[in-house]
Amino acid sequence: MPDTLLDVRNLIAYYMTPTAPVRAVDNVSFNVTEKEILGIAGESGCGKSTLAYSILRLLKPPGYIRGGEVLFKGSDLLKIEEEELRRIRWKHISYIPQSSMNALNPVMRIEEQIGDAIINHEKISKGELRKRIEDLLVSVGLSPSVAHMYPHELSGGMRQRVVIAMAMALDPELIIADEPTTALDVVVQRGILQLLRDIRSKLKASVIMITHDMAAQAQIVDRLAIMYAGKIVEIGDANDLFNDPLHPYSRALISAIPSISEKKKLKGVPGFPPDLRSPPPGCRFYPRCPHRIPGKCNVDEPRLIEVKNDRLVACHLYR
Amino acid sequence: MENENLIEVNHLTKVFASRGVMSKGQIKAVDDVSFSMPQEKPTILTLAGESGSGKTTIARLILGFIKPTSGKILYQGRDIWKMTKDEWVRYRKEVQAVFQDPYGAFNPLHKVDRVLTIPIRKFKLANSEEEATDLISEALGVVGLKTDEVLGKYPHQLSGGQRQRIMLARAFLLKPKLIVADEPVSMIDASLRASILNVMLDLKSKFSISFLYITHDLSTARYVSDNIIVMYLGSIMEMGPVDKVLVKPLHPYVKLLIDSVPVPDPERRWKNRIELPRIEITSQSLQTRGCKFYPRCSQRMEKCSKERPDLANVEEDRWVACHLYQ
Ligand SMILES: Nc1ncnc2c1ncn2[C@@H]1O[C@H](COP(=O)(O)OP(=O)(O)O)[C@@H](O)[C@H]1O
Ligand SMILES: [Mg+2]
Repeated sequence: MPDTLLDVRNLIAYYMTPTAPVRAVDNVSFNVTEKEILGIAGESGCGKSTLAYSILRLLKPPGYIRGGEVLFKGSDLLKIEEEELRRIRWKHISYIPQSSMNALNPVMRIEEQIGDAIINHEKISKGELRKRIEDLLVSVGLSPSVAHMYPHELSGGMRQRVVIAMAMALDPELIIADEPTTALDVVVQRGILQLLRDIRSKLKASVIMITHDMAAQAQIVDRLAIMYAGKIVEIGDANDLFNDPLHPYSRALISAIPSISEKKKLKGVPGFPPDLRSPPPGCRFYPRCPHRIPGKCNVDEPRLIEVKNDRLVACHLYR
Repeated sequence: MENENLIEVNHLTKVFASRGVMSKGQIKAVDDVSFSMPQEKPTILTLAGESGSGKTTIARLILGFIKPTSGKILYQGRDIWKMTKDEWVRYRKEVQAVFQDPYGAFNPLHKVDRVLTIPIRKFKLANSEEEATDLISEALGVVGLKTDEVLGKYPHQLSGGQRQRIMLARAFLLKPKLIVADEPVSMIDASLRASILNVMLDLKSKFSISFLYITHDLSTARYVSDNIIVMYLGSIMEMGPVDKVLVKPLHPYVKLLIDSVPVPDPERRWKNRIELPRIEITSQSLQTRGCKFYPRCSQRMEKCSKERPDLANVEEDRWVACHLYQ
């Protein structure tokens, strides 16, 4: 059995609003083992980014964590001192926020931005630092001369690679990447996905890849979790899950992906996701589900349980 | 000429002055582009390409939002910049547009009904209040919406998919011959996207509406369109039936693009690796001679850096701009 690196248990994170809280992450549990790429998929607004902030305790008001545990190598990140947390962030767990390639400081050269991340955590000589930065740029397929450039001189794809280099700078054990390929051209997307796989082999690190893009997930993840309206509805081995999705939402999501290589009739899912301030009782997919059982699914909330080897599903059809 | 095309674009060129830090001067956003869409039967033509390839500029030129630097756009044989006032009014009715962000098309302070009532009034589509209501419910029905789920609501109360369908309903009200749809599903989630693509297919088959479908997403292009044009830095690289171009591409650039589209199946992962440029020049006014794809092409020949290849007819209905096929 591979060792568990991160163990998220019953995590609940809400946003305060004048009416009712937005139940963005509602009792989410999963784990990440060493050297694994775990995908988190689901449509916009289902809570993926909120989950990422919460794991790193970066959730800002009106967001707040209501409960749960985030065990990283056994210690609960939600309980430790701020000081220790800061030490763990970057050095042990690094984070590539959504749209971060557009958040690079426009008036700082690339070498200063990568350098800052390193010297905040390590004592290192100037010469060594320069060498480290160059190596990092080369490892994401960029020319060392990019170090002297400013963000505006780089294309979106190059900036995204700089952001990945920064996340790799301190040799972390876990990298959380939120929509790392969104808004990039397809050839660049492919290059970025390739890089995320390299991270696992080069750094021997684990990766949590968050993206709504199911085809991108299919290309690189080992295991996949599917979120719907603040909850994980299914999690399991990627091959297996794409071959035989069990939850009706996973099935719908997978059959709604158009493919360039074959023309098959696509079916949309009727309706749309619920308002997370007042999600429906029972299963949150109930109003849209083609297999719903009235009197059961809209009353009892299905729990995420193992229905076959290494596959957990939250659905009353599998009882 | 008896058999006029619905739309014909001839040697269309648009040059913008660039204010870039790196490149002072001019950018040819659209560079000598020609294509047409037939009148006899409705078709969906995809205009595909990466960001900056000139897709949206072509859409804006066709819609008459901006004037070409050179070249012409003919609608049923008439140059759109030489139309009489009446012809122009008819053109604005028969050629409709749908954009990427359906939210931007709504006024957040008004109920969504307004985007449907305004065109009815402006183009005098109804003689009475009842007739207007009937038109609206017909249009909503065609795009798969129920009147009571959307009417009377504010834009923020609807999902992106519903808002985009209202925009299609609005276009439908005007009984257009062509809808220019610029990335209409790229901000819409997967489970709702399929329904919108299906609405486009319905509008084509049941109501004979043609589409110019602009997208960077080749998978949805395969799903909805009949023909495809793949652009690169303002020029057409390849053009032909979607089932041929996307299945057996000829141009090295189109091959690279198609190879990079992720297949949604973990059992069909990429086997080989690709190299991204170690450093790239972000301006596009550089390669003035020769093929625009020369710097990135894996099959380039000496000739390619010197002579720009013409878009040549290589098979019955296929065109490619590459020296390998000339
Ligand atoms: N600051 C906020 N205040 C209130 N609600 C928020 C805030 N940020 C996000 N949300 C809501 O939380 C839910 C989850 O959002 P998010 O985590 O960004 O989802 P995803 O990353 O999957 O798109 C959504 O319903 C979103 O509208
Ligand atoms: Mg997000």
